[in-house]
Amino acid sequence: MKETQSKTAESQGILVVTPHKAGKTNCWSCGDMRAAQFCQQCGKVQPPAPVDYFAFFGLPYKLNVETPKLEREFYELSRHLHPDINAIKSEREQQWALEQSSHLNDAYRTLKDPIARTEYLLRLQGVQLEEQSKTATEEARRTGKIKKQVVPPGLLEEVFELNMQMEEARMNKKMGEPDRTLERQLQDARKHMEAKHDALMQELGAAWNEWDALVDRAGRGENVLEEDRLAARDKMVDILNRRNYLRNLLRDIDEVLES
Amino acid sequence: MPNQRIVGIDLGTTNSLVAYMEGDRPVVIPGEDGLNLVPSVVALDENGQIVVGNAARKYLIETPERGVYSVKRLMGRDVADIRDELKLFPFRLAEDLAPGEVLRIKLGDKTFTPPEISAFILRQLKRNAERYFAAPVTQAVITVPAYFNDAQRQATKDAGRIAGLEVLRLVNEPTAASLAYGLDQKQSETVAVYDLGGGTFDISILKLHEGIFEVIATNGDTQLGGDDIDNLLIAIALDDIQGDLAIDVRRNSEIVQTVRKAVIEAKIALSANDQTTLDVELPGGKRYQRVISRQQFEQLIQPVIDRTVGPVKQALKDAGLKPKDINEAVLVGGSTRIPRVRVLVEELFERKLHSDLNPDEVVALGAAVQADILAGGSEATKEMLLLDVMPLSLGIESLGGGVVKIIHRNSTIPASANEHFTTGVEGQTNVAIHVVQGERELAKDCRSLARFDLKGIPPMPAGLPRIEVKFLIDANGILHVSARELRSGKVSEIEVQPSYGLTDEQVENMILESFDYAEEDFRQRQVIEARNEAETMLTALEKGRNNPGWQQLSPRERSTIDKQEAGLRAVMKEDDYQAIRSAIDALNQGTMRLAELMMDSAVSSALKGKDMATADVGEGPASPHPIAQAEINSRD
Repeated sequence: MKETQSKTAESQGILVVTPHKAGKTNCWSCGDMRAAQFCQQCGKVQPPAPVDYFAFFGLPYKLNVETPKLEREFYELSRHLHPDINAIKSEREQQWALEQSSHLNDAYRTLKDPIARTEYLLRLQGVQLEEQSKTATEEARRTGKIKKQVVPPGLLEEVFELNMQMEEARMNKKMGEPDRTLERQLQDARKHMEAKHDALMQELGAAWNEWDALVDRAGRGENVLEEDRLAARDKMVDILNRRNYLRNLLRDIDEVLES
Repeated sequence: MPNQRIVGIDLGTTNSLVAYMEGDRPVVIPGEDGLNLVPSVVALDENGQIVVGNAARKYLIETPERGVYSVKRLMGRDVADIRDELKLFPFRLAEDLAPGEVLRIKLGDKTFTPPEISAFILRQLKRNAERYFAAPVTQAVITVPAYFNDAQRQATKDAGRIAGLEVLRLVNEPTAASLAYGLDQKQSETVAVYDLGGGTFDISILKLHEGIFEVIATNGDTQLGGDDIDNLLIAIALDDIQGDLAIDVRRNSEIVQTVRKAVIEAKIALSANDQTTLDVELPGGKRYQRVISRQQFEQLIQPVIDRTVGPVKQALKDAGLKPKDINEAVLVGGSTRIPRVRVLVEELFERKLHSDLNPDEVVALGAAVQADILAGGSEATKEMLLLDVMPLSLGIESLGGGVVKIIHRNSTIPASANEHFTTGVEGQTNVAIHVVQGERELAKDCRSLARFDLKGIPPMPAGLPRIEVKFLIDANGILHVSARELRSGKVSEIEVQPSYGLTDEQVENMILESFDYAEEDFRQRQVIEARNEAETMLTALEKGRNNPGWQQLSPRERSTIDKQEAGLRAVMKEDDYQAIRSAIDALNQGTMRLAELMMDSAVSSALKGKDMATADVGEGPASPHPIAQAEINSRD
């Protein structure tokens, strides 16, 4: 493979983040230079800077996140940024506190959830997640078409069978003659899908490790090939799409069984 | 103002309270009658004066068309929302209401919006607090049911403003209760707060950790409470009476209110006894009596209290917890005194309950704790911080009437979301956005929060403008929206005009009107107090005349006092409290030497063998010098 064909990962910056919190400035109040969201010296809340969720917490763009540590950091930042703490400050500071703490809450909510965190990172990496995309949902609603759902290849046969069963179960329910055998079959299918879902989460964990290894290499100043970045990225996109498909399937089965 | 006291207010469906952090303990501030609870009842008396609380209760029975209760059920709602309530509650709406207009309730010959009526209650609480502190109170934390939507919250904030209170924070009731509960709780734990009040039900699940009170999930029903239990019993009693008297008793509000009062007494009695007698005296000397056993009562109310089960299970599910993960279940709200409710909660959480706290007061006490935190914190609260959540999802209507959720329920607030919009037609300069609140899939099934236009978009081909709209939920759970067009670089801030609720202008007008009431109230109160003071002074003077000290005064001194006394008696008949006060001050000056002489004679009689306790110094213009009563005079 020639060097010219595979670029170095589109500016290492996509992978590397400065180790300290992004957007450090001089405190507007006391001039201390260690101010990010709030000033280390005088504690005053600072004007919000447009940073992404990882940068807000001073985290590298890695997917393995220590959630207990994240939680501690969240509480600590809340103690400085929350509007209640700044309730009797100037109007300007109150407004900053409102913006800073909403950003903090949004960031924490996204990063503490494994799926939301992965989707967020992928979006930062320029991916439009088909299933998540609102334009796709709206397009589907407008045209009355079912949203494009790619059936994962390994599931094709099973899903076909399952859809038939669900249709039958719905009909039975409508006629008021529930079929116990069919319901048991659906229960079994559900368990099977659940197991597949769990396996997929394992797979996601492995993909995270792959991604994180690239980030670490970039952090050490090593060259990361663009094709490696794209491969790791697209693997996660694929896993998330399959997961969404499974989740919708599980939801449909639950609906049939519960109704 | 550093010494401004921020009070905590529980503006309840049935009762309201005001509390304050005294040192390291929150305390409830009693009213003039010495009672902590101010019934949330407002009446307009025959003289056109507003009466609040216990004093207003008698109007509900004697002249029901002059009184209103449970007005909280109407906050932030419109005619279409309350059709069902109207069958059960004797709310008399103004006849000329337009659809979508803020409700107006008739009291006598006047009409008031629910925020104005709530403001009367708030003003009473404000007065109670001012009397207690002998200083003005202008800032408050007010509690709302966690499940209140944006319109209901906005209406509560409006009520505060009309009452002359800056509402520094709206706090969710169960969360406030957890603050009062957690004040003494130092270890980390997970707590469920089950709050069944007069008109609303909330369930909140919180994580307590090193002073952080983090709400994980909340759920509820803003139209479920003790009122619904009362209505079941009232319906039975009215059916009985109707059969007996053969008149349409439901249209007779006097009978309905008499029955309601008796039913509430019976309900309360059944929390302690196995049976009670519903006893109602009817007009025309008849009497309706019916024995109700606790068993019958419990059967009757089971469907009502079962309605709390769904929200509890949903909250647990949202929190990702099982009943066994809950360390403590805290009961809040008067309806949790009902034994059957307690049993239900024990079953739901598989544990004994925490009920050391007075369920009527704990919300107000928690509001006082939150007020203390906002004021900068004291020794007791300096580590405490509340992280509350959004009770309902926020979404925007998409093409075809669907809802795209942009902030999900149980998100920690403040929270925000940025959404991008564009145009569908070439040269389009306006885009309409419909914001809804709720969990349903279709916009028509959710609560419409606001419709607003993004105006002044530069004309461009369809789909080219990039309009970024920022939705921000503040710490009160209230939505703020701003928007800008990115493609043209022109930043345009957009004001969200709510499709419900009062406009700023309406609120301003109500504040002005309320000043009229307030000025009148204030003046009348001052006159009454000044007269009372004058009476005390004159009685004391009468006693002083019989004291040996009187004889020791010079004739001139005595005649000055006589003149001052006559002057006071003359101005007392007038309504000018300032004149009365000056006359009191004059007489006070004039009797200074008399008081000293009386003190001397008391001391010398003490030396003659009496002690101070039996010496006649307690009353009369003896020492301490009469009339040194602390009184508010915020006009100075």
